[in-house]
Amino acid sequence: MAELLNVENLSRPGLEATSFGVPAGVCAAVTGASGSGKSLLLRAIADLDENRGEVWLDGMARSAMPAPRWRQQVSYVPAESGWWRDRVGAHFAEPDAAVGLLHQLDMPPECMDWPVARLSTGERQRLALARSLVLSPRVLLLDEPTSGLDATTTIHVEAILHEKMASGVAILLVSHDDEQAARMAGPRYQMAAGRLHREDKA
Amino acid sequence: MNFISLGYLDVALAAALLIVNAGLSIVFRLGLAKRLVIAAARMTVQLSLVGLVLKALFHASSPWLTVLAALVMVAFAGREAMARQERSFTGYWSYGIGTSAMCAAALSVTLFALTTQFETRPWYDARYALPLLGMILGNTMNGVSLALERLAAEAHGGQRAIEARLALGADSRQALNEVTRAAIRAGMIPSINSMSATGLVALPGMMTGQILAGVDPVEAVKYQLLVMFLIGGGTALGVFAAVMAGARRLTDSRHRLRLDRLTAKDRE
Repeated sequence: MAELLNVENLSRPGLEATSFGVPAGVCAAVTGASGSGKSLLLRAIADLDENRGEVWLDGMARSAMPAPRWRQQVSYVPAESGWWRDRVGAHFAEPDAAVGLLHQLDMPPECMDWPVARLSTGERQRLALARSLVLSPRVLLLDEPTSGLDATTTIHVEAILHEKMASGVAILLVSHDDEQAARMAGPRYQMAAGRLHREDKA
Repeated sequence: MNFISLGYLDVALAAALLIVNAGLSIVFRLGLAKRLVIAAARMTVQLSLVGLVLKALFHASSPWLTVLAALVMVAFAGREAMARQERSFTGYWSYGIGTSAMCAAALSVTLFALTTQFETRPWYDARYALPLLGMILGNTMNGVSLALERLAAEAHGGQRAIEARLALGADSRQALNEVTRAAIRAGMIPSINSMSATGLVALPGMMTGQILAGVDPVEAVKYQLLVMFLIGGGTALGVFAAVMAGARRLTDSRHRLRLDRLTAKDRE
């Protein structure tokens, strides 16, 4: 079990049992038609829906730790982010720790005082990623993290992800963009009708 | 006590006022005439029966019959509260959560009043127990039903926000924090409003009844105050218990949001 994240016989309605691993410092990309079950896979790994099977983080079984502790370390960032307070800063555990990250994401530090209702789709997406990253998760489950971003910002987000990988973070990336998957240069998976296939292995 | 006993003819005369309603309905084609007649007839029959039942219960003065009557009242309240829910829990939970919260709150507050303030002998004297329970239960029912309605609506509408918090490592209690607060507020606000409006906007029905029955207004006010406090306490307890139980049912041991345990009612 050399991989940082190990998925073992994970299944749920809409997702057939699947097993795979993502080593530390690697970004595995999942592509596939919408509705094929890509988001279901990420939600199941994050344990947000009822599911069967086991997931391991660095040899530690998910079932052996409380779900909140699991989710702090295996951080799921959905395609559409949720917000529960009026101001952006209230959603960050430590707003000050996010300043450097926000700069890299082309967001000004004062955005912490902005009302959430004012944010554009792309801003929400970047801030949702930032509030997960400041918790220093060991695995990132990213669902279309750059779908609402322009080309330049997309490159900046990818640069941050490469940085995280260099520090040992494993990423499972759901993307409809093949070029992005190629840029992240990790193993490729294809999701079709709830079945996950390894693409680049013969 | 000197009160004017009503003859059946007097009641019938008041009922004649319904002709005004019927006339309006016919003139403006509201289509309410039939429903009006049925509602008025139901009310007459129900209240007359309750009068007879209460009289029999007072006479029997049996703890078992009093408790049985109390349980029947709770069961009806539970059904009434659930019938109003737009979105409710699946299976027996929809009935169970609201009814058990109401039952616990209304019965304990009624017992509290019977054993301390009224000190009736015996404590199960139906003449005190049942009217008190009825008033407390009626208000607790409103609070619980509003709170559960709000809980389900907020959880359903706030799925993305709740799951965002869960994904960031919040436990289910933290993630539902805003939802449970909104639900408890929704359940308690009516009783707070009615407390502040009482006496200025409306003279409470119970107090009016006592005054009409010849009780000194100052004494009637004391009774009303006591009852309002009991209602306030019962509502708060019932709302809190129902929301806590509901929030628990909406999550599971792995801190997931379980919207699959809610079902939307099809409105016919």
